Amino acid sequence: MLTEVKQPVVEAAEAISKPMTMIQALRSAMDVMMGRDSDVVVFGQDVGYFGGVFRVTEGLQAKYGKTRCFDTPISEGGIVGVAVGMGAYGLRPVVEIQFADYFYPASDQIVSEAARLRHRSVGDFTSPITIRMPCGGGIYGGQTHSQSPEALFTHVCGLRTVMPSNPYDAKGLLISAIECNDPVIFLEPKRLYNGPFDGHHDRPVVPWSKHAMGNVPEGYYTVPLESAAVFRPGTQLTVLTYGTMTWVAECAARETGIDAEIIDLRSIWPLDLDTILHSVKKTGRCVVVHEATKTSGFGAELSALVQEHCFYQLEAPIERVAGWDTPYPHAQEWAYFPGPDRVGAAFKRAMEA
Amino acid sequence: MSAHTALRLHVPEPSGRPGCVTDFSYLQLSGAGIVRKPPVDTSHFDTTDLAYALISVLDHDDRAVGPWAPEIDSTRLRKGLRAMMKTRIFDARMTIAQRQRKTSFYMQCYGEEAIAIAQAAALQQGDMCFPTYRQQGLLLSRDDVSMSELICQLMSNEADPMKGRQLPVFYSYKRAGFFSISGNLATQYPQAVGWAMASAIKGDTRIASAWIGDGATAESDFHTALTFAQVYRAPVILNVVNNQWAISTFQAIAGGESSTFAARGVGCGIASLRVDGNDFLAVFAASQWAAERARSNQGPTLIEWVTYRAGGHSTSDDPSKYRPADDWERFPLGDPIERLKRHLIVMGAWSDQEHVEVQRELEVEAAAAQKEAESHGTLLDGRVPSAATIFDGVYESMPDHLRRQRQELGV
Repeated sequence: MLTEVKQPVVEAAEAISKPMTMIQALRSAMDVMMGRDSDVVVFGQDVGYFGGVFRVTEGLQAKYGKTRCFDTPISEGGIVGVAVGMGAYGLRPVVEIQFADYFYPASDQIVSEAARLRHRSVGDFTSPITIRMPCGGGIYGGQTHSQSPEALFTHVCGLRTVMPSNPYDAKGLLISAIECNDPVIFLEPKRLYNGPFDGHHDRPVVPWSKHAMGNVPEGYYTVPLESAAVFRPGTQLTVLTYGTMTWVAECAARETGIDAEIIDLRSIWPLDLDTILHSVKKTGRCVVVHEATKTSGFGAELSALVQEHCFYQLEAPIERVAGWDTPYPHAQEWAYFPGPDRVGAAFKRAMEA
Repeated sequence: MSAHTALRLHVPEPSGRPGCVTDFSYLQLSGAGIVRKPPVDTSHFDTTDLAYALISVLDHDDRAVGPWAPEIDSTRLRKGLRAMMKTRIFDARMTIAQRQRKTSFYMQCYGEEAIAIAQAAALQQGDMCFPTYRQQGLLLSRDDVSMSELICQLMSNEADPMKGRQLPVFYSYKRAGFFSISGNLATQYPQAVGWAMASAIKGDTRIASAWIGDGATAESDFHTALTFAQVYRAPVILNVVNNQWAISTFQAIAGGESSTFAARGVGCGIASLRVDGNDFLAVFAASQWAAERARSNQGPTLIEWVTYRAGGHSTSDDPSKYRPADDWERFPLGDPIERLKRHLIVMGAWSDQEHVEVQRELEVEAAAAQKEAESHGTLLDGRVPSAATIFDGVYESMPDHLRRQRQELGV
């Protein structure tokens, strides 16, 4: 039997909320965890004194000292490599790669080491580490400040890959990631750092303070891993998405008038299959939306899973809306980014089939 | 037309190929006892000469001479000699077991026994080593790790602590300060630095010992580890075992031509030593010096151990295809077991007769350990851990997709 969508767990006594941007929510998550657990250490390039190029670690070094939050040399392999060693010692490192586009030098440490350590040593050593990396486009970031490399992580057994779409989830998921004893790749859509973004780049950005999801409890709470959220309930088709595209899909539903049920995966892999299947079996139609390039993107896995499990309920081919199979361009930002028009067109195709 | 002559690509070559005789003059050896010993709080800059020299303690008359001659009693030296003999016997026996197909693969440390074993003697309980696949001496020098358990890992049998998941020799012994071995070269080097940083963050007194070969110093993680170790003054010993060969590739191709690996440490701001790796006393003394530096917050030390890979790279390798067959006999630093044995005899703490007796005793012990291990199965008889266990431990708790896949396998 299909399970219900898992609800966030909040400790009642600490549930005093205040408006936060995603940046503030992520900072609050690290602040809470550094306060609760002296084994939590935070480091990366420009993360210490300066507080991060996106301000996500601002004030943590002043509050917890240089041995808990510190700057590192510019070496992604080194950042992750020493984190693996610290994890083996018994610490709980939360490290930052400045842009997801720059994780590649750390690939060996992530894939060959962090992901495999528990399995290869039969639990003798573990990697309870969290690797934060700002990801995604829509900011004129060009080739190396816009990528969405999640499929390169979801293919790696032993990793957990997570991406929030709003401040509330960002804090709750990051706390869950830090507490998790498995290595977690925590992807932060930088386009959503200061406010939600529905793909209408021609309109002014609305800050998180104007949105209910920008209301974040100040203390400890978690949003569980492997739990998707029904971002927008609907009846006509199911949208499987995450990150910025959650907001784009919501906009496309509004503009097309199609009653789409939007599932924000939150945990990309391992994922909450029950919530996905429950929705698709109900609507009979499915559109997968992500910013990452299409071929062998995570949408292919989602599409295959839905096809395997919902074949007899499907009334139309599964649509995939994704970035083109090209490097992320600069001048052609909005021709590349899958905006509400492209997503809406896919909704219509799915409904007409 | 350019006034310059045509450029030429330089590709280093070893002097000795099959059928030739190696010219070992490139090793730049120093005499025993002549290299100075600085205080443990020395600056990295003040070790420059040491990074290009060679620290040796045992002279041609098998006596311990010079400032690096350690204060170590004969009981500990006898224990060290015994551990080296045990390691060589174990390696020989397991190489045969591979030929008999009881295990799929093996790697011996023939000729390099002194390095891991003497360093282990200079470390303390609780320190953590991040070894490569050629530091089995770290385990075989311990009384609390049984040979039969190691053989179970090599045979991937029903009692294998690694449950058949890992290639033979990829041990993991947290309780013995031996980090899980990975097939990916050099990855353990920054991890060791991170472990040492963690110990410093927590105000601990334990230190880390990192291990790498000459060939693997070319991996980016080597450079990364040196940078992080220097920046954070991590309490770590950065060991580079220069056995002259990376499979078929001479150390010159790794960047060793006209330079030393120890010199790289100085260039990164790390106090560095270049030490005779076949001289048990020199290895012990240098390890003790580096451990004391680390434990007293003086930061990291890099040590290049000059030795020779006497055996094949692995059981899948035939060195006669790329180097002279008699290279090991001609290697100027000799055999670490022979050298310590002669030293102990000169001291009156060992004899040829005792050597023969211990040799026989260890061979009986190794044979018994193998028999015990084989009672739990071998790769040959297929008594391996259950296939159901391959899904365990990928994550702390098993996600749904792995549960489904395990059911699909029907186990």
